Amino acid sequence: MAQEGQALSQASAPPARTVQLGQNAWAWIGVSPFFIFALMFLILPTLYLVIGAFQDAQGNFTLVNVAQLFTQASIRSAYWISIKISVASAVIGGLFGFALAYAAVIGGLPQWLRPTLMTFSGVASQFAGVPLAFAFLATLGRTGLVTTLLVMLFDFNIYSTGFNLLSFWGLTLTYLYFQIPLMILIITPALDGLRREWREASEILGASYWQYWRYVALPILWPAIVGTTLLLFANSFGAIATAYALTGSSLNIVTILLYAQIRGDVLHDQNLGYALALGMIVITGLSNGAYIWLRARSDRWQR
Amino acid sequence: MAFLDLSDVRKNYGPNTVVHKFDLDVERGEFVSFLGPSGCGKTTTLRMVAGFEVPTAGAIRIDGRDITRLRPNQRNVGMVFQSYALFPNMTVADNVAFGLKIANKPSSEIKARVEEMLNIIKLPHLGGRYPYQLSGGQQQRVALARALAIKPQVLLLDEPLSALDAKIRVSLREEIRSLQRSLGITTIYVTHDQEEALSMSDRIVVMNEGRVEQIGTPFEIYNHPRTRFVASFVGTLNILKGKVVDPAAGKIVIDGQELFASKRIAHLQAGEACSAALRPEAASLHQSELQEAAKIASAFGRESGPRNRMVGTIEEVSFLGSVVRIRVRFKENAVSLDTFNNPNTTPPARGMQVTVSFAREDLLVLEGAEG
Amino acid sequence: MKQQKIGSWIAIIIGTLYFVVPLIGTFEFSLRMRRGEYSFDAYRVVFADPRFQATFGYSTLMALLTIAVGVLIVVPTSYWIQLRLPKLRPLVEFITLMPLVIPAIVIVFGYLRLYNTSSILPLTGSAHSTDLLLVFSYVALALPYMYRAVDTGMRAIDVRVLTEAAENLGARWPTILFRVILPNVRAAILSGAFLTFATVIGEFTMASLLNRPAFGPYLQLIGANRAYEPAALAVIAFLVTWACMGLINVVGHGKQIKAAP
Repeated sequence: MAQEGQALSQASAPPARTVQLGQNAWAWIGVSPFFIFALMFLILPTLYLVIGAFQDAQGNFTLVNVAQLFTQASIRSAYWISIKISVASAVIGGLFGFALAYAAVIGGLPQWLRPTLMTFSGVASQFAGVPLAFAFLATLGRTGLVTTLLVMLFDFNIYSTGFNLLSFWGLTLTYLYFQIPLMILIITPALDGLRREWREASEILGASYWQYWRYVALPILWPAIVGTTLLLFANSFGAIATAYALTGSSLNIVTILLYAQIRGDVLHDQNLGYALALGMIVITGLSNGAYIWLRARSDRWQR
Repeated sequence: MAFLDLSDVRKNYGPNTVVHKFDLDVERGEFVSFLGPSGCGKTTTLRMVAGFEVPTAGAIRIDGRDITRLRPNQRNVGMVFQSYALFPNMTVADNVAFGLKIANKPSSEIKARVEEMLNIIKLPHLGGRYPYQLSGGQQQRVALARALAIKPQVLLLDEPLSALDAKIRVSLREEIRSLQRSLGITTIYVTHDQEEALSMSDRIVVMNEGRVEQIGTPFEIYNHPRTRFVASFVGTLNILKGKVVDPAAGKIVIDGQELFASKRIAHLQAGEACSAALRPEAASLHQSELQEAAKIASAFGRESGPRNRMVGTIEEVSFLGSVVRIRVRFKENAVSLDTFNNPNTTPPARGMQVTVSFAREDLLVLEGAEG
Repeated sequence: MKQQKIGSWIAIIIGTLYFVVPLIGTFEFSLRMRRGEYSFDAYRVVFADPRFQATFGYSTLMALLTIAVGVLIVVPTSYWIQLRLPKLRPLVEFITLMPLVIPAIVIVFGYLRLYNTSSILPLTGSAHSTDLLLVFSYVALALPYMYRAVDTGMRAIDVRVLTEAAENLGARWPTILFRVILPNVRAAILSGAFLTFATVIGEFTMASLLNRPAFGPYLQLIGANRAYEPAALAVIAFLVTWACMGLINVVGHGKQIKAAP
């Protein structure tokens, strides 16, 4: 494709050079707002923080800020809780989202279920932030519907078991409300990509349904499954609104810590704040990068 | 007793019957094609042999064993799909080895068999490649090797060449046939391409709308089509509509011109409508300016008996390369006929009056003519 | 196969419970404001609150501006990439994915440092320029969705052939872009727009840290201080999201019908 394009432009270049230049000039002008925007509102702000993370208050190069991410207990525990919640919500959301997508695509259920599930997933994956926190407070809060119903019907108080919506598991349970739909939306096309002939070919070669999944379907799907789970991880790692509306600042996760730092410099060190942001970029960047890499791998197979 | 035996096999989807009473005996080592347009039930029948569909009625036996209700993975049948269906996550060698691994064969045996199969399909150096790195023709050869690696009793091929380019199609067609011969494997080949079916098969089953129209050797199917459908589907056939004049003498009239058919039409009534088939290569043209062309054309025609003659006008002349196809119109009917290209004479012009002649035995009065 | 079906049903039932119960719970809770009976009092209070009207109106305006700026940036870029600068495609795609990689809170942190009152470009200096910054931050947030939607639409039509046909007829590129290309990718742009609206309308992080009177921070404030109104607001927010997604389906469906020959 690219070679073809090159050959074409070389062939037509000599007689029409001025025209070509003129047209490309328009093209460059056309895309310039995008690049100016990207530079001003994505690249420079990020670079500012990244550079700041390696400077002290006087602007000299230092690794102290980055080192403090690992040594300062409150920062370390914030990262740790964030990672735990993100892993839990990504893995559970990934597994359950996969199960639902499987049920709708392959499970032999009525036809209408699938579009219903997809539409609902589209809505629920966007239904995040502050209102989601309200919904779970109204349901599983101390006076929420499910909490009171359980007490009334079974004389069972979930809060007596140590459950707290404003805790690790409570936040994970809430995050699943957008994590599961996101998994469904991304993994369904991959499940559709499993061709009927693969199953039939494996079956006629003697394989059972289980062996088909073990040797063919799962190996084909795993880059998509793992990749999407990493995307879910990054998604919940960078989230703040739901957590903040749910717990205020009582839960020490890294986004809430950074929020407090931006608002009032709670770390008493601007540059340490930059390092905090850098740490987040590194973590979400790594998991998104792995996602993109795995995705490309599975696309290559599914051609 | 036949090696593969389908007796009275039927398939309904709810109220729709997709395969009516299907009976077929395939001998060991025979190559049988199912030929027909899409939706004729040929693929459904093949899938019933594979076990992906369960017949509504009837029985399928391989070597005397009733397999009608067995799962596909218990049948020991090999299958090649139109879309290759290679496992994209496995190398060529792993694909070929898959069935053997599932059968828990020792790895040394698997290795030897995979090597053997890759040699047979002439891709011994590609064992480490992934399917997406192969061309379509190579992928289909690997699919063939994968199906044959488990030494199946029957090989099923579902339009294996229709996704490929014309040239590869022809060469792979020959390759499949010679491989089938050398292995002596009983084979069913589904296709909608009559040329494929004619050139490869020992016998052909022509199907239409879920029914078997005719079963026979390629020679029989092409030269003695039993029904109008077979006649029109196999080859480019002229169908002429006329009336019976004298059933005993085989005399019919088409567009006011009297003709004789050699095939007995005694079962028809005088005055009854009928239709007759004529192959493009069976007819020749006569016209004073066209003597040369006519001579050449008639040299290839069969001049054994008395000939029918019809007068008409040239309506269309198409140059097809080695052959020039000429359509001659009478009144209601027209025939296309082929003459060989001769660089030394100009092809006839449109509007020219000509005489078309053909042997009596080449005019086939068809069953089910009313359609 | 039977076991598989039972398993599928179990998954669907658990899923339905998990997704529907909070909605019921929220709705039920929103009706509890009046003691001893169900009423729509919470909704009445919310709708009568001038801050609700003001913040919702403000966020709607921001969302519309975001869509306008987003379209102006994304459509020409996607068009020219397709037509003349295909070599830039990987770079552009990488940039459009950046907002998914860098958390919103980090991006806005960068803005606050880069565009503070003592910088060369003090965008946070006045209310209006901060509004502008908020719009740009939303464009950044929506960029991955917007670009994906438009680019898919552009690829679906043959931009090159359409452009050459229009050039042949003597059209200049503004005419081509606005009269030929835009109408053909309208469905894609609208999908992107509704998705952007759904994302932006209740957005909290950016608006809160830029200190703008948007709907998201208002929600948070009500949540911290009131009992039943938040549930009513959650129901409203859910309905708004549902409406946006429904409109995307409607638009996308119309496009499918048009695309089928």
